[in-house]
Amino acid sequence: MRALRRRRLLAGLTLEAGVPLALLALWWTWSTRAGLVFFPPLPDILRSFRETWLAAPASKEVLPSLGRLAVGYATAVLAGVGLGTLLGCSEAARRSADPIVQFLRGIPPPALLPFGILVFGIGDPMKVLMIALVCLWPVLLNTIDGVGGVDPTLRETSRVYGLPLGTRLAYVILPAASPQIVAGARTGLSLAIIMMVISEMVASTNGIGYSILEAQQTFRIPDMWAGILVLGVLGYLLNGLFVLLERRLLRWHRGARAREGV
Amino acid sequence: MRHHPPLLELVGLGKTFGEGPGATQAIAELTFSVQEGELVSVVGPSGCGKTTMLRCVAGLLAPSSGEVRLRGRTVVGPPPEMAFVFQDYSRSLMPWLSVRDNVELPLRHKSRLSRRERRSLVEDAVSSVGLGRFLDRYPWQLSGGMQQRVAIARALAYQPEILLMDEPFASVDAQARADLEDLVLQVQGAYGVTILFVTHDIDEAVYLSDRVVVLTRPPTTVQETVSVELPRPRDQVSTKELPEFARLRAHVFRGIKRQMEVDQGEGAEGHRARLAGHLEASGSTGTPP
Repeated sequence: MRALRRRRLLAGLTLEAGVPLALLALWWTWSTRAGLVFFPPLPDILRSFRETWLAAPASKEVLPSLGRLAVGYATAVLAGVGLGTLLGCSEAARRSADPIVQFLRGIPPPALLPFGILVFGIGDPMKVLMIALVCLWPVLLNTIDGVGGVDPTLRETSRVYGLPLGTRLAYVILPAASPQIVAGARTGLSLAIIMMVISEMVASTNGIGYSILEAQQTFRIPDMWAGILVLGVLGYLLNGLFVLLERRLLRWHRGARAREGV
Repeated sequence: MRHHPPLLELVGLGKTFGEGPGATQAIAELTFSVQEGELVSVVGPSGCGKTTMLRCVAGLLAPSSGEVRLRGRTVVGPPPEMAFVFQDYSRSLMPWLSVRDNVELPLRHKSRLSRRERRSLVEDAVSSVGLGRFLDRYPWQLSGGMQQRVAIARALAYQPEILLMDEPFASVDAQARADLEDLVLQVQGAYGVTILFVTHDIDEAVYLSDRVVVLTRPPTTVQETVSVELPRPRDQVSTKELPEFARLRAHVFRGIKRQMEVDQGEGAEGHRARLAGHLEASGSTGTPP
């Protein structure tokens, strides 16, 4: 029994690590032999990756990007949860806000970039605002949904025991809505990374997006690929971090759902 | 005890849902009272508005006519002297809080309690329902019967004067049900709390109660109130084999069965009764049928 489980675990690991490694090997051999300008050899890309991104000056490009991402994302999550709770608590507020929210959400955020640059220039405030604007909607909509969908029995329990508003929010409403809020925050995170890169490509003097575009424009093709690789790795790590956080936060949810499934 | 003013009074309580010709009168007129320290059960044919009545008593639902009084004061919202145990325990406990935190939650805003007092109230209540070892578990790690025990512990720790229970054991298995019934008898003694207990189980009502209030079908009124003079302490086996238990059980059962026959009967009597119900419902809203 244990041997079987160990073998299954091993097979899973082989698949998870083996397939990407095999693909890398394929890329390596193909790119070194093909000799194409736009698809430089993988070893060159990796060298550039090491020199440009892992060496000391890496902070010059990565940290500004990450900083803007963090501030914009945090602002969006706080605003989305706050506003969403307010709107979700009352049926009237929810209904009156719905068309407006749906309309604003429908505008592709990059379309607001020209406006953002006009008002805020090309500095950090503009980029942070653009990032915040793009992640606001999924967080906001999911919070409204989650708060509005709190089980009526839970609401009545809060009323019967006379829980004051603060207690009700912190111990009943927000935890009950948290699975949906977290799902919204997760969608928001990938949107935030996209917006971070776009805002840096359109108007910036530093950042990962800026350096990818700059490498392309000066025909440093391996550097361009290295930048793309950095974004991939970054996205992967941030998502992993998010999953860890989600597991901790929603442990009860998984437990309760597993129970219902039995 | 009877010479005291009653703890809880329902005075001509009525509830109509909706307006105009589509309105349905769930409860016509309910009048009865509960004395301090009593355990009163309410039974009736299914759909007779037992839960609606209890929600009105709890201040969760506004009555359409009449009123509920707790110690002489009209109930307009959930009073702080009242606790409620819902039928659906899995949705009334917070799955993100441990047993301890669930029971403590309603005490958090009682500022007259120190942290230590709160803690001991919680631990006493959880022990009294026999879950002392499960303080740090989560509700979804417990069986249905145990979850309902947690809900009862939460109600007890709140130290209410009156505890309302809405078919609390309807969704647990038979063995857990008998245990929970005995638990109610036991904690009622220990906490000296008055209980208003809604159930559709006649045996349960007779076994637990000092009095059983039997309701009619809708539009609901009190059909009769049955005094249960069975000796205490009661026991699942010896109490239930008493001739008096069998007599009371049969008496209540016949009353409810009569109601249900009226409901199902296609005879002139049932028809007339239903028509009367309609007239009454539309009459109360002032529209001609």
